Amino acid sequence: MKSRNLIIIVLVILAIAPQVLPTFQITLLNYIGLYALVVLGLVLLTGVGGMTSFGQAAFVGLGAYSSAYLTTTEQLPSWLAWSAGSPWVGLLIGLLLTAAVALFLGALTLKLSGHYLPLGTIAWGISLYYLFGTMSSMGGYTGISGLPSLSLFGVLLDKGEKIYYLIWAILMVAVWITSNLLNSREGRAIRALKGGQLMAESMGVNTFRSKMVIFLISALFAAISGWLYAHTQRFVNPTPFGLSMGIDYLFMALVGGVGSVWGALLGAGILTMLKQWLQDWLPLVMGGNGQYEAIVLGLLIIFMMQRSPGGIWPLLVKLAPASWRNQNHIKITSSAAELPRRDLPQKGKLILEACNVTRRFGGLVANNQMNLKLHAGEVLALIGPNGAGKSTMFNQLSAVDTPSDGEILFLNQSLKGKSSRQVAHMGMSRTFQHVKLLATMTVLENVALGAHLRGNKGIISSALHIEREEEQRLLQEAQYQLERVGLGEHLYTEAGSLSLGQQRILEIARALCADPCVLLLDEPAAGLRHKEKQALAELLKKLRQEGLAILLVEHDMDFVMNLADRIVVMEFGEKIAEGLPEEVQSNPAVLEAYLGGAE
Amino acid sequence: MNFQIATLLGQDGLTNGAIYALLALSILLVFTVTRILLIPLGEFVTFGALTMAAMQMGKTPKLEWLLLGLVLIDCALDVYQQIKRHIDRNKMKMIALKLGYAVIIIALLNNLSLSEIPMIAQIALTLCLIVPIGPIIYRLFFQPLADAPALVLLIVSIALHVTMVGVGLLLFGPEGARTQPFSDTGFRLGAVMLKSQTLWVILVSIFLIVALFIAFERTLYGKALRATAVNRMGARLQGISPIFAGKATFALAAFIGSASGILIAPITTLYYDSGFIISLKGFVGAIIGGLVSYPIAAIGAVAVGMIEAFSIFWASNYKEIIVFTLIIPFLIWRSMNSHNVEDDE
Repeated sequence: MKSRNLIIIVLVILAIAPQVLPTFQITLLNYIGLYALVVLGLVLLTGVGGMTSFGQAAFVGLGAYSSAYLTTTEQLPSWLAWSAGSPWVGLLIGLLLTAAVALFLGALTLKLSGHYLPLGTIAWGISLYYLFGTMSSMGGYTGISGLPSLSLFGVLLDKGEKIYYLIWAILMVAVWITSNLLNSREGRAIRALKGGQLMAESMGVNTFRSKMVIFLISALFAAISGWLYAHTQRFVNPTPFGLSMGIDYLFMALVGGVGSVWGALLGAGILTMLKQWLQDWLPLVMGGNGQYEAIVLGLLIIFMMQRSPGGIWPLLVKLAPASWRNQNHIKITSSAAELPRRDLPQKGKLILEACNVTRRFGGLVANNQMNLKLHAGEVLALIGPNGAGKSTMFNQLSAVDTPSDGEILFLNQSLKGKSSRQVAHMGMSRTFQHVKLLATMTVLENVALGAHLRGNKGIISSALHIEREEEQRLLQEAQYQLERVGLGEHLYTEAGSLSLGQQRILEIARALCADPCVLLLDEPAAGLRHKEKQALAELLKKLRQEGLAILLVEHDMDFVMNLADRIVVMEFGEKIAEGLPEEVQSNPAVLEAYLGGAE
Repeated sequence: MNFQIATLLGQDGLTNGAIYALLALSILLVFTVTRILLIPLGEFVTFGALTMAAMQMGKTPKLEWLLLGLVLIDCALDVYQQIKRHIDRNKMKMIALKLGYAVIIIALLNNLSLSEIPMIAQIALTLCLIVPIGPIIYRLFFQPLADAPALVLLIVSIALHVTMVGVGLLLFGPEGARTQPFSDTGFRLGAVMLKSQTLWVILVSIFLIVALFIAFERTLYGKALRATAVNRMGARLQGISPIFAGKATFALAAFIGSASGILIAPITTLYYDSGFIISLKGFVGAIIGGLVSYPIAAIGAVAVGMIEAFSIFWASNYKEIIVFTLIIPFLIWRSMNSHNVEDDE
């Protein structure tokens, strides 16, 4: 547990720093703390969630201005008269206001795709900045001065070395909350946002909600930073809340390492010190007194992006001896109660039915009048040559795509208008033809994502880690499923380092973790070795025994013929044969489709 | 508001709109060919305007040092690559040409009495000075990242903007500058007085847009760039060098940017950091065009100019807020119509 010792050493150094450092250095440390709080939000938003925001400075401004206005105005609105201009009420109102604005902006911008999201944040970042400068009640571009100092338990925090403790205490709590959150059920959903949204949705994750959560948290962190800033400076004007500061925050996150909580601290530290140092030295070298540090910082970022786009923190981690690295995987105790299981339908009961399903893409008819039935306790294989329309059919059965005509019935309910998330809720689970894993997460975490819907503890309990009991149960279930599919030794391996065959098996474990009543497998045997295929077939037979309904799309004929109860053969979007494996094998239409007709 | 004021505002709106349209087109061009959102385009605008202003004040524009520095770095890299692989006679000739070009431009700038030569010569010199900077910037900063995720390109683009603003301050100082109008006469159209510079801006903009159109529709190089925009990999397989495409679009962008700066310098006072807001308004236009459609982007950009001009009259303090809030509904609309389910990295 070397990393824990390291954290304690850092905390001790932070605690004694104000006693030994000169005032100027403490001021610098205060700034680093304030910036790091904002950057921490950005790590969550950009590094973990994959959403780039240039607008964080505007949220800092909201926090700062709310409190600045409420603590200095002559006429408080009557419903706030009781607060008597207390900064703490200022904080509360600032947070509420920021949350409201963030919810509104989030609802507008988080649905934006690709480049539109960062451009959107630039747009509202600029708008809010001009708004601060335009509103005369907020002092216009000259700003508001004469803000009171904070006081805590009767101690007036009027000096840099006093407010230092508050700033760093809040920052440490924020770091703790953030790392707790990332290490939980909700955290797994958040970490899936970057490159795994389609998969996460089909595991039942509401990705929009996850996005909104981290957007909100990062906005609130920024607002708290702004509030602290306002009462440290005791003066606010629009300049530190403009777009250029928003860009600086993002740069800090990138330099430190946008993927990790400690990268935020590192980035804020390095960039603040570097800026200070450059501001002292560059004018001596270049003459004049312009803000030449921008040139150096900009070039530095470009160089970083070309050489080490992950930032400095991952480099440090690589340099550190292996024993220092964070190995504190949560231990799974077998004492936790098992998760409740769904009652599986009776064997032979009709589970999934396609009725006259037709899917057209423009003039192309990918599926034409397809019918198939899947019962509990059976393995149905869907086969056909390339381009037969199997994948289209699979997408419609799993509610990723909707039929142009006809409908899909799942447990007697039509899937029309249902999202893949709702279908996951109803008990359908699937794997993907092109493996969709979160490569940097452990195998165990990847599989636990499948059990997302089987937990219900929310963001706050995750952030405070008071949901550990449920987390144990989820991880235990994930471990059970992994052992069942034969990946029990790889619990803490990074998923990306598994072989392709193992990754496919992992997807099956993840699907099973959702406790489904129907399992849709898209080419599960592709890339598997002979032994692995045998093991997979054994597993599927066992699942069939338990009463699961299994549909598989597969090319490997040996695998299919030995496993499937019934087979549906497609060609050119239509069903050309259906029946027992032996019947299908001797069906002339099937032979012609696969081998070509004898003329 | 009476007719008089409306025509005045309309003129302003149209002038600015024409500039935004030019910028929107080059933003689109660069984006479709290279996937880069060229935020620093605005810096080319200010570089163009401030270089003209320096010449008209009889000063040698310090931008020459930037050109010289970049050309030297570029050539040094070329030589390094030559040594590492094998020495190619043609490539060496190219290096000599590049160095010669830089030397000639700098010699001209230092030996002519810049404030007295005809304006057309000043303009030509300014363009000759700035346009080569575009491709070198592509080579140094973006070429090594050609396969990087779009987000990395955006961040490099913003970092480059920050750097270029700093360079602008270093080379031109904090003072704003304005240049002499291209011609002094005004035109009277009925009761309406037209400023001659307005006409210049609009005419030159239209000319450039038409010229771009013809270049892209009729010439082989234009078609090569369009092919790259449609399908990068496909174009590459047809023998169109992505490096050439990148450099060519950056040269065009630098040209359009600095030409826009030269055009508006007689109308607006520009500072070293004015470019950002100007290019962002071009971006608003480009986004209205969905980052794909040239005509819609141009119309959108003109609309931005108009809205900006008229909001000066009704709510001058809220001018920027109105323009930048305007973009959000378009962003949403465009996002809803774009069908990328997943941004896989």
